[in-house]
Amino acid sequence: MADPTRRDYSLIGLDSRLAVERGLATAEWYKCPVDRKTMKELMKRSDGPAIRDTLLWFAFLAASGFGGWWFWGTWWAVPFFIVYGVLYGSASDSRWHECGHGTAFKTRWMNDVVYHIACFMILREPTVWRWSHTRHHTDTIIVGRDPEIGVQRPPNIFGILIQLFAIKSTWATFKKLCIHATGRLTAEEKTFIPESEQHKVYGVARIYLAIFAAVAVWCFAIGSILPAMFIGLPTFYGCFMGVFFGLTQHAGLDEDVLDHRLNSRTVYMNPVFRFLYLNMNYHVEHHMFPMVPYHALPRLHEVIKADCPKPYSSCWDAYKEIIPALLRQRREPGWYVKRPLPGHVEPLGAPPPGLVAAE
Amino acid sequence: MTSTIAVTWVDACAADEIDEEDVIRFDHAGRTFAIFRSPDDAYFATDGLCTHEKVHLADGLVMDNIIECPKHNGRFDYRTGAAKGAPVCVDLKTYPVRIEKGRVLIGLD
Repeated sequence: MADPTRRDYSLIGLDSRLAVERGLATAEWYKCPVDRKTMKELMKRSDGPAIRDTLLWFAFLAASGFGGWWFWGTWWAVPFFIVYGVLYGSASDSRWHECGHGTAFKTRWMNDVVYHIACFMILREPTVWRWSHTRHHTDTIIVGRDPEIGVQRPPNIFGILIQLFAIKSTWATFKKLCIHATGRLTAEEKTFIPESEQHKVYGVARIYLAIFAAVAVWCFAIGSILPAMFIGLPTFYGCFMGVFFGLTQHAGLDEDVLDHRLNSRTVYMNPVFRFLYLNMNYHVEHHMFPMVPYHALPRLHEVIKADCPKPYSSCWDAYKEIIPALLRQRREPGWYVKRPLPGHVEPLGAPPPGLVAAE
Repeated sequence: MTSTIAVTWVDACAADEIDEEDVIRFDHAGRTFAIFRSPDDAYFATDGLCTHEKVHLADGLVMDNIIECPKHNGRFDYRTGAAKGAPVCVDLKTYPVRIEKGRVLIGLD
């Protein structure tokens, strides 16, 4: 029998129906006031920053990959592969994300090319994730609607820890690749991928599986895992920084509220982290105004910060809150961190009955 | 045999109210529209809400002849209403526009 205290995070269950009945699906969200002229400036597209950051990304991948290959068989290869892995398995997270929004580059095909490369690196099927992320932006952390709620309540701490090496996500993706390669979708995927787009999923799944099979054959043929250290395995061994960044986005915060200031975090990060993460540390800003390119998010932050909760001063500052919050939610799944809003505004929507805010 | 649809011309705004390569929202009789001014100073009108999830396009970004929805970055050619790819799959309805004495009129059926 289902546990009545647990919420149903599936997209086809009770909470999905309740979200629609309560007006939380495809709802109107709070937006900080920004005048049109300023917003037009902030939304303006440019190829320059993303070309620079993409060239740097590929250059660092090539240099660290060369080091790993050169020192292969010695311990000196380890630091090179750690760097290569983080660039491949973590930096790809923000690249697929920004290019999926179509905001990283001004030129459309550049967004598409980098999107597909980054999707493969982080093992996210491009069509599936484009549509799942669309839903994530429509119904951010609305239970039963958002397919990308990273930490469900009560949190599965063991699951989070093994995800540092992409074990949960990769296992789930491989199962889905096998389903998609046979020309099928899961029932949940059918709720957010339009019929006209579904055929794209099947073709890409077959290509992904063919690439992994080719790498496996190559490894067997030469009796070494070296090819897989460059293609495939970095998704596992380089994923940890992506998880480290990603947890700061929403973990421990409120669910079912129509205000990104209450369910998302903006965290100040150092320039290296911001390069890897492409400024997604400005997460409240990104969710509220997804049309603003990553390179303009710091400027947007300056424009709206007076209307937002105080940002976290560092990753440490964020994790001081996240870790105790997740541990407490293990015992009290209804508990959440309540972000203090500036006094002059009230959030839209209301928390579900039974949820308790942090004091 | 040809059929004609009666069009009612409605005064929407002053022509100079819209910046070049920009859009404004126009609400009329319980409906909402988006009125565009292209970089070459031509005017166009479409339904005001994105066909994907009913978001006001007037908050979006106009680039050349494309309007991008502010919520999910769905793109339309505002001259024809054509959807230009995921996540928008359904075209926008367009309306005729004419300029008279510095005013933008849109033809509603």
